[in-house]
Amino acid sequence: MNVENFVERKIEIDGWPVNLTSYQIAGIFHCKADNVSPGAGLARTTGATREEAEQKAIARAKELLGRTRRHQV
Amino acid sequence: MAEYAHPEALVSTDWVVQHLNDANVRVIEVDVDTNAYKEGHIPGSIAWSWMTQLSDTVRRDILNKHQFEKLMSESGISNANTVILYGDNNNWFAAWAFWEMKMYGHNDVRLMNGGRKKWLAEGREVSIEVPTPATATYHATGPDNSLRAFLDQVQAALSGRSSAMVDVRSPQEFTGEILAPPGLPETCQRGGHIPHARNIPWGKAVNEDGTFKSADELKALYGAEDIDGTKPVIAYCRIGERSSHTWFVLKYLLGFDRVLNYDGSWTEWGNLVGAPVERGAAAVKTA
Repeated sequence: MNVENFVERKIEIDGWPVNLTSYQIAGIFHCKADNVSPGAGLARTTGATREEAEQKAIARAKELLGRTRRHQV
Repeated sequence: MAEYAHPEALVSTDWVVQHLNDANVRVIEVDVDTNAYKEGHIPGSIAWSWMTQLSDTVRRDILNKHQFEKLMSESGISNANTVILYGDNNNWFAAWAFWEMKMYGHNDVRLMNGGRKKWLAEGREVSIEVPTPATATYHATGPDNSLRAFLDQVQAALSGRSSAMVDVRSPQEFTGEILAPPGLPETCQRGGHIPHARNIPWGKAVNEDGTFKSADELKALYGAEDIDGTKPVIAYCRIGERSSHTWFVLKYLLGFDRVLNYDGSWTEWGNLVGAPVERGAAAVKTA
């Protein structure tokens, strides 16, 4: 089987840039959310549609990014 | 256009397609864990988890020689095999595995340029079947600690200004604004960077599709921060995987002789009592 419908797009969640990568394997949509800088994975989800997989990834990323503290420098 | 110093250390996705069934080739997906691999992977590839298979799970360290030989053997890798490493996160953990394999003397190990992301983006074939490799015989050499920086070496390099230090984390981690990548747990007591380090985030070395920039572009990128190979270079990040990526760039693409990966990185330095820490932007470059 081949990877289909690969899409990559950047969004912003709570002021943090997030990269959403989604694609389809064997009929299932997969989505990965990572912080753009440095590029570490935040969430990896699946769904029957791209929208479903993305929404789950966004929700999880939002939860994790909400815990990030900015310090005065 | 200049060539990479060691073009043999890199293969394209096309090369992998053409050589996937070569008897001498082993393809390994390397990630922080194996969840991505489970979704679908290069047919015939096996998975290594950085968390549980490339690191000692009790003390913080790379595998010892016996553990490394066992991993190779159980992965069906002999000393003569060509090993192709690829992974998620733009090959961060694949680069760690490359570094670890070189520490233990594996001759022919290569990174797949662009990693897992490029393979997926190109709509390539994937499989969910997990191969069971036949056990192979493997004899490691080393470890070659000339590829690795330990704390005392970093401290000595700092006091003697004998090495160039490259911090490959994001600018926000470098300045101390955040203590870990956004969304990840804080794993250090203090934010900032090792004094005199230059901040060249790992991502500046790659194109949008995850492939490495050209030799000329890389030379210009690092040269602008006086990282030109005339002094030994110590690369560090938070846990040593992003710096493995930069270590690969400096040593294998630009061909610098003396490049060390400080895998203790900020989770070691940023937790040390009394360690000198610089916050904010980098100090002005000095000759």
